[in-house]
Amino acid sequence: MLAKRIIPCLDIKDGRVVKGVRFGDLRDAGDVVASARRYYEEGADEIAMLDITATVEHRKTVIDLVRRATESVFVPVLVGGGVRSVSDFDALIRAGADKVSINTAAVREPKMITEMADEFGSQAVVLACDTRRRGDGGYTVLIEGGRTDTRIDLFDWLGEAIDRGAGELLLTSWDKDGTKGGYDIELLRRVGERTTVPLIASGGAGSPEDILEALTKGGADAALAASVFHFNAFSIREVKRFLRDNGLEVRP
Amino acid sequence: MTGVVHWGGNVGSLLNALKRTGVPHRLIAGPEQVRSFERLILPGVGNFAAVMKRLRERGLDRALLEAMESGVAYLGICIGMQILLEGSEEAPSVKGLSVVRGACRRYRSGRVPQTGFNRVRSRTGLIEDDEFYYFVNSYYCEPEEDVCVATADYGVRFCAAIEKGRILGVQFHPERSAEAGLRFLKDWCDAR
Repeated sequence: MLAKRIIPCLDIKDGRVVKGVRFGDLRDAGDVVASARRYYEEGADEIAMLDITATVEHRKTVIDLVRRATESVFVPVLVGGGVRSVSDFDALIRAGADKVSINTAAVREPKMITEMADEFGSQAVVLACDTRRRGDGGYTVLIEGGRTDTRIDLFDWLGEAIDRGAGELLLTSWDKDGTKGGYDIELLRRVGERTTVPLIASGGAGSPEDILEALTKGGADAALAASVFHFNAFSIREVKRFLRDNGLEVRP
Repeated sequence: MTGVVHWGGNVGSLLNALKRTGVPHRLIAGPEQVRSFERLILPGVGNFAAVMKRLRERGLDRALLEAMESGVAYLGICIGMQILLEGSEEAPSVKGLSVVRGACRRYRSGRVPQTGFNRVRSRTGLIEDDEFYYFVNSYYCEPEEDVCVATADYGVRFCAAIEKGRILGVQFHPERSAEAGLRFLKDWCDAR
């Protein structure tokens, strides 16, 4: 049986791991390559590296960090943040990324999803989507690191992105991100009922129980978390033991 | 010496993994180089039609078949396993290398592509029984001869590895399967 995945996420700014609350208030959380290696050794099933500054001059730094990290990490590496074109995508794949996530650029130019899927395969194209609960109980799509509300309906957008070739969804709840108050289970459940591609839950992990809930009630295939791992609230090993004790298939 | 067949896909992670295991290896770009290696690895994620087209354009399809016939050991990873069969639902009009009878089918249930570590049941010494290996695939091999040496479960119990003489194909990615994957690569190179 396929194991549920635990994915530590390294948010990268100026070549360092940082972590904030609701996309702001950043704190330094360590060296990128050393963190990636440490998470690999602790049993991470995949490692996410997200460039949150994503300026043009910063891209070279991130590409170099991906290259160095993948030399000693032998699980898949997902890289994202500021990917604007097929050539940005290509540069990260060449540096060693197994998959690349696209967010704002995909919303602005959806046909880019198809171009990337044709070139690199759907499995390499992860649609990252930040979403916020609306007053009417629906969800809206945010872009530009959460700063802009597109007023696009989440479910319409995810359906279109999958049709266009996205091979996986990385769904982040803006309302929950960095709060450690648990994932948005209602959101995950509603997306999980519809999606035909794997679903990664993101935003809100505060305890192993939260992760268990996202993977069971939420129907997610993988759980991504950042601050709880960076600041040693609990380790990847502890989460996995907890999930296994609760009957989930996980890799030791 | 182990040759890594570079058909155009991403070979970086496999090279990093081989480097880590200390296995001597070199990239192969053209058919004339294929013969000089004791072992060949064809890695990568890719579309069945695109891979076969690129191998044919470079004359690598024939060179690989000749090498396999003359007893060179072959390890096909993911698409490198699938092209050993006669064809695939992914590209119904494209012929595979046809070293093994059968074809590749698309998963009918579950979220596709299958993405993640799956528990493998194995009856070959090179792949650890009950160990987790990393998969990312929408299609799986359905051989029509008795060559399946490992299986895993994704809604259907599918073939995770085929072995025929000195030819081995694995659906999982050893270069992305953590320490178990590195052990597999090292063991295969040592044993062949």
